[in-house]
Amino acid sequence: MRLTVNGTEHELEVEPDMPLLWVLRDTLGIKGVKYGCGVAQCGACTVHIAGEAQRSCQVPAGDVWGPVTTIEGLGTPDQMHAVQQAWEEHQVAQCGYCQGGQMMQAAALLSQMPDPTDQDIDDAMNGNLCRCGTYPRIRAAVKTAATKLRGV
Amino acid sequence: MSRLGKIARRTFLIGSASIAGGVAFGYYMYQRPAANPLLDDLAEGEAALTPYVKIDASGITLITPRADSGQGAYSVQAMLIAEELDVELDQVRVDPGVPSPAYYNTALATEAAPFRSTDDSFGANATRGVMDAMMKFMGMQITGGSTTVPDSFVKLRQAGASARETLKAAAAAQTGMEASAMTTRAGKVILPDGQELTYESLAATAAGIAPVQDVPLRDPSQWRMIGTSVPRTDIRAKSTGTQDYGIDFEIDGMVHATVRLNPRRGLGAKGFDASAAQAMPGVTRVLGITGGIAVVADNTWRAMQAAQAVDVEWETGTPYPEEQDGHWQVLSDSFVEDRLDSRNRDEGDVAAALEGAEVIEAEYRAPYLAHSPLEPINATVRVTEDRVDVWTGTQIPRFLQSEITKITGHERDQIHIHGLMMGGSFGHRLEPRVVQEATEIAAQMPGTPVKLTYSREEDWTHNDTRQIAMARGRGTVANGRVETMDLSIAMPSVVESQMGRIGMSMPGPDLQIVAGAWEQPYRIPNYRVSGYRAPALAPISSWRAVGASTNGFFHDTFLDELIHAAGADPVEERLRLMWHDTSRKTLEAVAEMSNWGEALPEGTARGVAFCMSFGVPTAEVVQVSLQDGAVKLDKVWVAADVGTVVDPVMFENMIQGGIVWALGHAMNSEVTYSGGAVQQQNYYDSEGMRLAQTPEIFVRGLENADQIRGMGEPMVPPAAAALSNAIFAATGQRIREMPMMKHIDFV
Repeated sequence: MRLTVNGTEHELEVEPDMPLLWVLRDTLGIKGVKYGCGVAQCGACTVHIAGEAQRSCQVPAGDVWGPVTTIEGLGTPDQMHAVQQAWEEHQVAQCGYCQGGQMMQAAALLSQMPDPTDQDIDDAMNGNLCRCGTYPRIRAAVKTAATKLRGV
Repeated sequence: MSRLGKIARRTFLIGSASIAGGVAFGYYMYQRPAANPLLDDLAEGEAALTPYVKIDASGITLITPRADSGQGAYSVQAMLIAEELDVELDQVRVDPGVPSPAYYNTALATEAAPFRSTDDSFGANATRGVMDAMMKFMGMQITGGSTTVPDSFVKLRQAGASARETLKAAAAAQTGMEASAMTTRAGKVILPDGQELTYESLAATAAGIAPVQDVPLRDPSQWRMIGTSVPRTDIRAKSTGTQDYGIDFEIDGMVHATVRLNPRRGLGAKGFDASAAQAMPGVTRVLGITGGIAVVADNTWRAMQAAQAVDVEWETGTPYPEEQDGHWQVLSDSFVEDRLDSRNRDEGDVAAALEGAEVIEAEYRAPYLAHSPLEPINATVRVTEDRVDVWTGTQIPRFLQSEITKITGHERDQIHIHGLMMGGSFGHRLEPRVVQEATEIAAQMPGTPVKLTYSREEDWTHNDTRQIAMARGRGTVANGRVETMDLSIAMPSVVESQMGRIGMSMPGPDLQIVAGAWEQPYRIPNYRVSGYRAPALAPISSWRAVGASTNGFFHDTFLDELIHAAGADPVEERLRLMWHDTSRKTLEAVAEMSNWGEALPEGTARGVAFCMSFGVPTAEVVQVSLQDGAVKLDKVWVAADVGTVVDPVMFENMIQGGIVWALGHAMNSEVTYSGGAVQQQNYYDSEGMRLAQTPEIFVRGLENADQIRGMGEPMVPPAAAALSNAIFAATGQRIREMPMMKHIDFV
């Protein structure tokens, strides 16, 4: 099986029904993708497949239909994506465990909707749980990231 | 290292740190400092100036023994040391260090002693002193009870100051110049001639001199960090997906395990057939462990899949009622004299006041609740003949050592706990279970590191939940005033359940049964709070705010009922009844912030609530509006007094998150039992709050209190009461049971 993750192609031998989440974490050692619920209820495992936000716990490895981007591929500590910069500026994270998934969801939203309304943000981000309750800061950071990405 | 060097350092160790390891008896011994654990592991040229600061040629490490579950504990501890040490946070490494009695938690004792936090009398302080000695005796290196900041506030600044002055003394020894003429800045000693020496370059010299002790702390006017927002030490990693948690830990040769335990809590397996599981890809072992079975595989998912394929015959019969109704019945039957656990508040003459009067009565319920931090519990353990290594996120490293000793027979000093970042806790990681189980598995595979990861479903099923609780209120009003408030609370003892699991007991009444109720700063003519200890039911544990998480709801909702019955204004009547000035100011602040009393649009209403818990007076106003008969959360205002706000951004984030936590659970969540097992299996059964329900949350930190307090929990107890009171104001419907969605719809 062949998978492209963060621009690197991997040749793998795994059961085709193993969820992408576990292939990323346990086979490829890409740990920014988190296990939270295993049933698409929390969004901690969110990645982009062909540019769209997907719950990697629900995508069998054999069904991956395009290149995969994880939070590590969105930006790096030295070269942060606008969404990551906004997350840092707003000091969003508490435990931080959900935030990789939150940022991937936000980045996908902003790539499709550069100037989302409050309602758009609520709708797009509602599937990503944060048990620490950082939602007020997530809302603010999404708006800041939108502004940065629009270059205004 | 030369033998001479070693002896010299040992001399320094004994001279500066007195008793080495272990516990000494006799009260005066408790007052002597515990040994500095960093001295056991130092390499040549390293200096451990206090148990909190380690410097070598390559850098400065600040030791932050309180665990970080997301509350920013590492960052705030580092900030307190750095304030006096004169280093910047981007110059230092932060390390949780090793479990040691040197890191005992003093502030936790303050909360455990049976005095109101408003009571500064000699008797109260003397008893707190005894409790402090007890904590030190037990070496309780615990993170919890909103104690990290109060416990660290003086201790860590003193550590920073002592290290700073020792480095100056080292510079004096090295240069022959006067230490008193030197200054420090950004990790350097600046000599009178302007020359700068890095702390690292002074480490070897510092290691050879006696630490300078009893350094006066700087006046608050000189603080450069405290009171300002300093970017958290982990913020870059957590904003880029590069923060590692316990679940991400990797080590050579590691295998992956998961468990399946009897869903009837506390029972085990009669037997199991593993043949189907053994044949699955990657599976290496299926083992019997306490409470059920474990599967070991080469991958987490394969282990979880195989665990489901094991055919287990479970033991049956539970030590608690099989069905939820039975749990409520036990509580309902517990309001009897021989279950009375404490009645520390009994003022006026409640019996006489209720006799023949028109009595207002109400009964309240609060359910079991899971902690369910987003990172499922996990631990990696390696057992060899002469040592045990544990890599995990935990709030109780010292207790883990004791528990492992019981399983493997290793001595405490052979057990190495490596604390890792936690993806949330809320009290969940005060429990040793996952480490005990990982140790049982690893002990059957000597030399192999075993990472045990719970599935979300298993985590939910075996969560030691919040207590279930019930309260009954009776009261009277007259002439527009509250005259009598008699509140009785029944719950099983959290302390008994939690301490019992690690083979310990706490004598006397369990004040968590009445916490958040008995010590409220009101003067009501006839005022009584009684705690009834229900028999043990399902296993329970400390859930954010512990006893006060249920009791703040009971006490303040009932008070609100009485105030409405009296026809008084909810803010004014609370203020009239409140004697404690600092508390009054929080209520006044929240009234001012929310513009309490202003005209609101049709269908919009507000509720106010107050609770002092963990020593922090906290007042909250919730505003709701009605949309097609459903309640929408609009806004929440919070005013809390912690004495000193160390970092205003972390403070605000913590309070906003705590409000989301408290309201989300009050509205939407519960844990219930059927057939002896927990019914909720994943977040779809009990999801707390999501983003779309989140109100705007406005926060003000007050600094009138003369003692610094922690803010991890005190925002929780008033929140459900303020919401219930707001719903009453909007609809006339009193909601006396959580989750409130059982009684009303939310948008």
